[in-house]
Amino acid sequence: MSITASSSESTTITATMIKKIAKLFNSLSHQLLMPIVGILVFLIFWTATAQNIDTSLGKFPNPANVFQQFSSLYQEHVDERVKAEAFYERQEIRNSDRLAKDPNYPVKVRQYTGKETILDQIVTSLITVACGFITAAIIAIPLGIVLGLSKPINNALNPIIQIFKPVSPLAWLPLVTMVVSAVYVSPEPMIAKSFLNSMITVTLCCLWPMVINTSVGVVTMDQDLVNVSRVLRLPALKHVQKIVIPASIPMIFTGMRLSLGIAWMVLIAAEMLAQSPGLGKFVWDEFQNGSSESLSRIMAAVIIIGFIGFLLDRGMLQLQRFFSWDKSVILR
Amino acid sequence: MSNIILDISKIDMQFPTPDGPFTALKDVSLKIEEGEFVSLIGHSGCGKSTVLNIVAGLYQATLGGVALEGKEVNEPGPERAVVFQNHSLLPWLTAYQNVELAVDQVFSHANGNYKSKEETKEWIEYNLKLVHMDHAMHKRPDEISGGMKQRVGIARALAMQPKVLLMDEPFGALDALTRAHMQDSLMEIQNELNNTVIMITHDVDEAVLLSDRIVMMTNGPAATIGEILDINLERPRERLALASDIEYNRLRSEVLRFLYEKQRKVDHITKEEKISTKTSASVDGKVENNEAA
Ligand SMILES: Nc1ncnc2c1ncn2[C@@H]1O[C@H](COP(=O)(O)OP(=O)(O)OP(=O)(O)O)[C@@H](O)[C@H]1O
Ligand SMILES: [Mg+2]
Repeated sequence: MSITASSSESTTITATMIKKIAKLFNSLSHQLLMPIVGILVFLIFWTATAQNIDTSLGKFPNPANVFQQFSSLYQEHVDERVKAEAFYERQEIRNSDRLAKDPNYPVKVRQYTGKETILDQIVTSLITVACGFITAAIIAIPLGIVLGLSKPINNALNPIIQIFKPVSPLAWLPLVTMVVSAVYVSPEPMIAKSFLNSMITVTLCCLWPMVINTSVGVVTMDQDLVNVSRVLRLPALKHVQKIVIPASIPMIFTGMRLSLGIAWMVLIAAEMLAQSPGLGKFVWDEFQNGSSESLSRIMAAVIIIGFIGFLLDRGMLQLQRFFSWDKSVILR
Repeated sequence: MSNIILDISKIDMQFPTPDGPFTALKDVSLKIEEGEFVSLIGHSGCGKSTVLNIVAGLYQATLGGVALEGKEVNEPGPERAVVFQNHSLLPWLTAYQNVELAVDQVFSHANGNYKSKEETKEWIEYNLKLVHMDHAMHKRPDEISGGMKQRVGIARALAMQPKVLLMDEPFGALDALTRAHMQDSLMEIQNELNNTVIMITHDVDEAVLLSDRIVMMTNGPAATIGEILDINLERPRERLALASDIEYNRLRSEVLRFLYEKQRKVDHITKEEKISTKTSASVDGKVENNEAA
């Protein structure tokens, strides 16, 4: 009797456990399994296609080649760091030797000028995009607020914005380059010109979505909130600070997210063309290099570029989630 | 006519429209005494909100003007606080912060009524308590119900210590039960503070229950004040006791007669009116209920 009872109990327990596991499996399959399947199918498709594409630099790289490149790119980075350290060590020994001989010897410390590895390029690219994007945001958000608040100013500037918005970064770049080299003349420039060129190009291209979205956010804000502000007789500055900016925060962030995506895309193109250090230059150099490994190295860079772009977007989304008061909007 | 606080004199209001100016109000005059509770009632679209917005200073009358304590008003200000129909709380601030924004603005050195930090806090909490919102002070608008939001809206307006409190269908968006609660709360507050109030309503019972005077407006365009009904029911008023009160029922049918006999909407339903049937349906629905009862 007791045995049957306990056994039936245990069967119900196992039954619920199976159900739970099935449920877990179900959610896992949606969250994990399907993406994995998608990636696998893509990899198979890629491998199959790559075999059939012959280029002057050999076959198009397949996933295995590219994967190999990741480790060799990393290895190159490590090697380069070792070399740099060795260089500094030698330099220090040399300098201290000379100092020992002659205490008045003016110590010279030279920078190591080795090849930039992909990690260096990533860091450079991230710094460039951050500078360009932040500059754009500092200009675009206040401008968007002014446009949203003042209809006459909006009417005056809207045509200009609409015309500049669709301009490709590649069209801006020559102009920017010429202007920078004309205006920015200093014998020992603190900031490299090539950096400025690509940064300003990024700024010019990612200005517009932020301006437009911010101004739309301000214009479409609830008229009742404006009336509240009027009844309270909030001074203009306080009105902007307490009502206008918070009310348009969701739209401001939408614009910022769009802009950051554009900024990252533009940056790679600008770096390629401007020959300014960064991931774009890495791609260009590999292309010029034309070795049998070039294509797989470029493909590795493509994946890195995509992945960083994805991370930037996610990061922006998290920021938006954090700052947006409008939690009812589903952000994806 | 002892101490008139608000004097609305000969107001005309024209809105510019694509097909020429549209006269919404024509020759509206009304004097309101201090401490008086006045309801504005009339069919949808007749121009009640327009009157209120002119008093608030949000609109400028085409002709005529409004004087508060003898001084002409032509811009909005906290001494004519408004409770909007759809609460209009700032969604990113808590109930407390919403009231705080108003209090910080109204009480300052510049206005000569500066409140210290503790005094400010006390005053905000006092006003939230008045509307029974002290338990959810630190919740944001999206975390509280419609009725609660409206309570906070009222607290915000009261905290400005307005000379005239303006309310545009403050309970229009609430269900009947919540509305009854809110009316009781409002009577309780009125009992304590004795504010001067102008309230727009679609609800005949609400008007009779709360008001000292009911101002009935004719249909637009060129709407004006049709009749004014004095409500001399004793205070405090009790909704249940009044239900069987002869005087109360006489006043109620007086308002109903004005709305549905004298100012009956006879014109054909045009496109414009189809849009506004949603609000007018609540009046009609109300009537059916009353007649059934
Ligand atoms: N800004 C405006 N421009 C043009 N016409 C307007 C404007 N505001 C109101 N009107 C018109 O004035 C008339 C009165 O409008 P109002 O909003 O004051 O009516 P109401 O009595 O408050 O109606 P409801 O009970 O539906 O709120 C309406 O016919 C409306 O179409
Ligand atoms: Mg109205």
